[in-house]
Amino acid sequence: MTHHDFPLLQGTINGKKIVYLDSAATTQKPQIVLKGITDFYTTANANVHRGLHTLSARATAQYEAARQKIARFIGANDKEVIFVRNTTEGINLVAHAFAKSRLKKGDIIVSTVMEHHSNIVPWQLIAQETGANLCFIPITEEGLLDMQMAMELLEKKPVLLAITHVSNVLGTINPAKELIRLAHAHGTFVLVDAAQSVPHLPVNVHDLDCDFLAFSGHKMLGPTGIGVLFGKQTLLDRMHPFLGGGDMIKEVHLDKSTWNELPWKFEAGTPDIAGAIGLGIAVDYLMTKGMDNVFRHEQELLAYALQKMKGVKDVIIYGPGDATKRSGVISFNLADIHPHDLTTVMDEEGVMIRSGHHCAQPLMGALGVTATARISISVYTTKEDIDTFITALEKAQKVFRL
Amino acid sequence: MNAEAMYAETIMDHYRHPHHYGALPVANAHAHDVNTSCGDEIGIQMEIKDGRIADIRFNGKGCAISQAATSLLTDFVIGKPLDEAARLQKDDVLELLGIELSPMRLKCALLGFKVFKLAAYGYLGSGEYND
Repeated sequence: MTHHDFPLLQGTINGKKIVYLDSAATTQKPQIVLKGITDFYTTANANVHRGLHTLSARATAQYEAARQKIARFIGANDKEVIFVRNTTEGINLVAHAFAKSRLKKGDIIVSTVMEHHSNIVPWQLIAQETGANLCFIPITEEGLLDMQMAMELLEKKPVLLAITHVSNVLGTINPAKELIRLAHAHGTFVLVDAAQSVPHLPVNVHDLDCDFLAFSGHKMLGPTGIGVLFGKQTLLDRMHPFLGGGDMIKEVHLDKSTWNELPWKFEAGTPDIAGAIGLGIAVDYLMTKGMDNVFRHEQELLAYALQKMKGVKDVIIYGPGDATKRSGVISFNLADIHPHDLTTVMDEEGVMIRSGHHCAQPLMGALGVTATARISISVYTTKEDIDTFITALEKAQKVFRL
Repeated sequence: MNAEAMYAETIMDHYRHPHHYGALPVANAHAHDVNTSCGDEIGIQMEIKDGRIADIRFNGKGCAISQAATSLLTDFVIGKPLDEAARLQKDDVLELLGIELSPMRLKCALLGFKVFKLAAYGYLGSGEYND
């Protein structure tokens, strides 16, 4: 779709053309994002919000313009878009500034066994602190959420449902809208981990009706160090700040302070200005392509890869067999070969894949494995990339004498 | 070093059919460790008799390199005086493996060796050795 826009992908590794199939970990960056970051530092660099000089005005305008683009991209208003470092920080913000004060001993938080560690560990910490109980929705053999169990857990009227939109291991697209509707019917607030959905499919927070939604810039063609937390304005307004410091205050006295307006109440200290601007450009890029087209492109490649992989002897694929129930992530194993060994052989062929537990150890347990190999795709992935990967997979069979 | 050489017959053989794999009911020296970056795990148990490694077993899970390196190590140290085996250096272990490794895979190769050292020095430092 856009392979030529990504400078890194034009290079070689081990004398081979780079085939990058680890986009769920982080994506490559298009030239316009790289240029945009350099342009900011060379023409507009200054601190935001507090300077009266020209450069500060420029920096502030660009930083806030990025926020507006992102807000439009996900269907939020500007006040509901908080810049954070990444999805993890967004979730921790909600855990501390929202959930903690609402939870008391015996209250319930519901999550799922397919979560990334970033949507488990913050809730474990908050549960320990408040005496709340943490429950998990199990998965079916096919790698879908067990909706029967989800409904039973929601019957218990949990305070919060913290759920991933798309699994970073199985690629499963969860029925987020339906779960949010069910949760709200029981008075339960919902946080959506959208790290693997916002980069790959159209997401509209208004349509989903989620209370919070977090995602990372670096997984959607933007730079590392910048992420977004969406929160409904009515909730954010009533919440206490997360981090204290400069920029998040209105007035500071030695005995007390008052807070800045939304969204700056939650942005303490100098933010990642260049990162936000870079993410804004990445969002422009994705919007120009159109998220419907991005999704269609990735679905085509996913179906192609699944079909090709099924033709390779000894390949075990995890997650939904139906390509329409998953996003562009495929976890697999090759016979008795440890995924790290497989990765080493692939690397030699210039094919970058991921192996390990993918920060989802409970899910590995549910699948009955200690680790998997994983390929994941993005806008720049081509059919040729998949073909090269399959050839490398066949080479691995020979190396491991399968 | 290319993949074919790295995953030579001997390495794959030790991975698929590790030597001295399992548990040792009479162990008097043991240790266990995990490589947090990849999740590989090795446990080693030894029976030390008259200052020698009378028997050794390992268990664990992980890549071919970590499992094969540990299997090869158990072959090498069994029957040797413990204090001599405990002085083994990492280069000795890499020589047993006989392959070149990238810095990232070096950790895999040396996990079993690290656990062996922990078990050996745990025993030597425990005072049992002098009895």
